[in-house]
Amino acid sequence: MTNSIAELEDADCILVIGSNTNENHPVIAARIKRAARLKNKDLIVIDPRKQDLVKFSRLWLRQTPGTDIAVVNGMMNIIIQEKLYDETYVSERTENFEALKGAVAKYTPDYVEKISGVPADALAAAARMYARAKAGSIVYCMGITQHTVGTDNVKTLANLAMLCGNVGIYAGGVNPLRGQNNVQGACDMGGLPNVFSGYQPVTDANNRKKMEAAWGVKNLPDWVGMTMTDMLPAISKGGIKSLYIIGENPALTDPDSDHAIKAMQQLDLLVVQDIFLTETGKLADVVLPASSFAEKDGTFSNTERRVARVRQAIPPVGQSKPDWKIICEISNRLGYPMNYGSPEEVFEEIRQVTPAYAGISYKRLDAGGLQWPCPNEEHPGTVYLHKDRFAKGLGTFFAIDHKDPAEMPDAEYPLYLTTGRLLYQYHSGTMSRRAPGLAEKAPECQVELSATDAAKYGIAAGDRVKVRTRRGQITAKAQISAKAVPGTVFLPFHFAEASANKLTNAALDPVSKIPEYKVCAVQIEKA
Amino acid sequence: MSKATLNLNGMTVEFQPGQTILEVARGHGIFTIPTLCYLKDTTATGSCRMCLVEVEKARTLLPACATVVNPGMVIKTESPRIDASRKMVLELLLGSGNHNCLVCEANGECELQALAYRYEVPTPSFANPPGTQYYYEDNNSMIVRDFSKCIMCGRCVRGCNERQVNQAISIGYRGSHNKIVAKADYPYIDSDCVFCGECVQSCPVGALLDKNAMHQGRSWERRHVRTTCPYCGVGCQIDLHVKGGQIVKAMGAQALPNEGRLCVKGRFGLGFVQHPDRLQTPLLRKTKNGELQEATWDEALDFVASRLKEVKEKHGPEKMGGWSSARTTNEENYLLQKLMRAVIGSNHIDHCARL
Ligand code: SF4
Ligand code: SF4
Ligand code: SF4
Ligand code: FES
Repeated sequence: MTNSIAELEDADCILVIGSNTNENHPVIAARIKRAARLKNKDLIVIDPRKQDLVKFSRLWLRQTPGTDIAVVNGMMNIIIQEKLYDETYVSERTENFEALKGAVAKYTPDYVEKISGVPADALAAAARMYARAKAGSIVYCMGITQHTVGTDNVKTLANLAMLCGNVGIYAGGVNPLRGQNNVQGACDMGGLPNVFSGYQPVTDANNRKKMEAAWGVKNLPDWVGMTMTDMLPAISKGGIKSLYIIGENPALTDPDSDHAIKAMQQLDLLVVQDIFLTETGKLADVVLPASSFAEKDGTFSNTERRVARVRQAIPPVGQSKPDWKIICEISNRLGYPMNYGSPEEVFEEIRQVTPAYAGISYKRLDAGGLQWPCPNEEHPGTVYLHKDRFAKGLGTFFAIDHKDPAEMPDAEYPLYLTTGRLLYQYHSGTMSRRAPGLAEKAPECQVELSATDAAKYGIAAGDRVKVRTRRGQITAKAQISAKAVPGTVFLPFHFAEASANKLTNAALDPVSKIPEYKVCAVQIEKA
Repeated sequence: MSKATLNLNGMTVEFQPGQTILEVARGHGIFTIPTLCYLKDTTATGSCRMCLVEVEKARTLLPACATVVNPGMVIKTESPRIDASRKMVLELLLGSGNHNCLVCEANGECELQALAYRYEVPTPSFANPPGTQYYYEDNNSMIVRDFSKCIMCGRCVRGCNERQVNQAISIGYRGSHNKIVAKADYPYIDSDCVFCGECVQSCPVGALLDKNAMHQGRSWERRHVRTTCPYCGVGCQIDLHVKGGQIVKAMGAQALPNEGRLCVKGRFGLGFVQHPDRLQTPLLRKTKNGELQEATWDEALDFVASRLKEVKEKHGPEKMGGWSSARTTNEENYLLQKLMRAVIGSNHIDHCARL
């Protein structure tokens, strides 16, 4: 997030797009609902589903799945036409405005309605509401990124925010909500194929020199590695021979998971480290039992860049060991000694090689979390980014066009399928399905569909329904819901026995390599 | 312009326009005004009358939590008259239900109990005529509602509606039949309740209980460990209550970003930690098509290291990948990329940010 969670309550307008916040980030949703309900702020929800936040919103724009760019370009076109944008901000802090203006010009309300189904007056109302807000905050999540045009979606939202002068101000910003607790930290720490910790590119010789000195090694690899979504298909072509997987369960979470399982079976070596024996662990040559968050010390970084302590509450369960210890022991056996006495010692090393974390220490964190960048011990942390200037100088507008999703409904597969999470479950369910309360509220996979589609296919609530795509089929119980809209069905992906990811399309965004979990074409039938 | 001032227990103090007596007092280090119905970040209802204070020229005692201050106000927060009034309030509250601290889960952290102790008010003997029926709900696996302890302070309602904005409960029925109701007086499990547990955390007494913590130890036997929720990216701060190596319950910590709030996963979703399915030992498949079998750490780690070396020699580091995890700590993610880059020599490192 460019801005902070608590600031949301002070935003004059919040635009939520591609985020089912109330179920996936409930405590952030609480802030949004407080703003809308108790502080009388404007809330705009753009979502194909009638998700929980709609009831708190002033405006709900219901776009066809995969048409976010058209909608937002349409809003920008209106904002530019009606001169509602922040001219000073655009001229002082951004570049490439003319290109943006040219690109969005063809997104007239009629054209946008044709692509997205959003009525012209609703589009104009949303455009005006967001543009007129003093501080406008955009909140998005996987509903934006999990598309073949995910990167373009994100840039389009940045365009809108900059156009209205909303980046670099209190209570504004472009705020992606991270799905898992430490996604932010995993990225910050260099758990990515192209950068060391602190987003320092591996292709830059100076960065490699710095890390070689810090780590006492020579010749760090200078090539950009593969992403997860590239590594799996590479296996069958001989491009990857071993995988060391910590805490991930691609046998369930990968788009097109049947393929992923077949690929992993071809590896020379699969090492899986986890707290449970997952579907992926069952394929492994060796499974290493890790300790959970409650059994170790460390830090997590949340979606607003806040680094906060994880503290050991109980002794390790069974013979499990914390992941950091296991990694150290493997490294020692490979002839590179890692002799850290505690996670704090690791953190001290992180600070030295990661400028944004340099000012953070365990001692300071005892008084509460700190938001990076925090370059030195006196620095209070950064509540919102890009104040006064962007890291790179000027903010660049990108001219972006709508593209259809990789797979569209047709005569054979006539409905849209979109996937996501439920409030009561989490990711592949390894944790949440082992909590009795959560299992009680969401015990099994249900396919959510509208009353219209239910009637059309002769399906009653509670019926078993076959859900089929070009890649596979699962059976799930029908849930007829007011959240669903005709033409689109929704499946949660937490359930191994009815894995939505057997169905989804593995088509990737070319830049981010994120799969298109949010749209594919599907047929349904009473089982 | 000079700052607005008032007189508080004989001191001249400054205040901000719109502040209540309670806020001004706490802002100046006076934490002795007792409260029950007051709940931070929600509308003050002034309903319990516990926080009454004396204000010069006011006809009656005024609730500190709901009275906005004026310049020149003269306020006394302690006096015999105030004490008498607080005692009376306590007697009525204690008499309104079945406050048997001996078997109450809230014993030791109950605000009513603490005030009864402070003001030396015993459980009144005229309490609850024999046979009085109280609503008791124990039909879900997360929250128990025991209205024999409810003092109708309304904190749960405001926690639900104003802090979480879940709008699941309200004050139902009239007058002496007042009761906290979910929807049209349904059990939580059949209502709009989303089991965030805010109401449990808001309740000053033992009327709303975390079911899994019941009979798992007294409040003073539990250690509190501040940590970060292992589920979503909000990063809520949690106080884990721990007794003898067991996690008893999770409470939202008063810290950013959540300021006390949690959702159902952070509060009631931690059962996985000590679940019997947890992996207890390393598992090793000694031959390619064999079964996974229990192994010692040394066997497993030696196996991993020797096989990693083999793959590296045979195929080179550019054929080796490592996945770190959004569920492990920063330190662990850092070490995995260090291992892959510095020791193995590969940049094929990623985690599930994309999924
Ligand atoms: S658990 Fe949460 S949603 Fe349910 S009644 Fe309590 S505060 Fe409201
Ligand atoms: S249940 Fe607890 S919080 Fe709610 S009104 Fe009763 S005593 Fe107050
Ligand atoms: S308590 Fe809920 S909202 Fe908070 S971090 Fe955990 S999962 Fe996310
Ligand atoms: S705390 Fe003030 S009236 Fe209840």
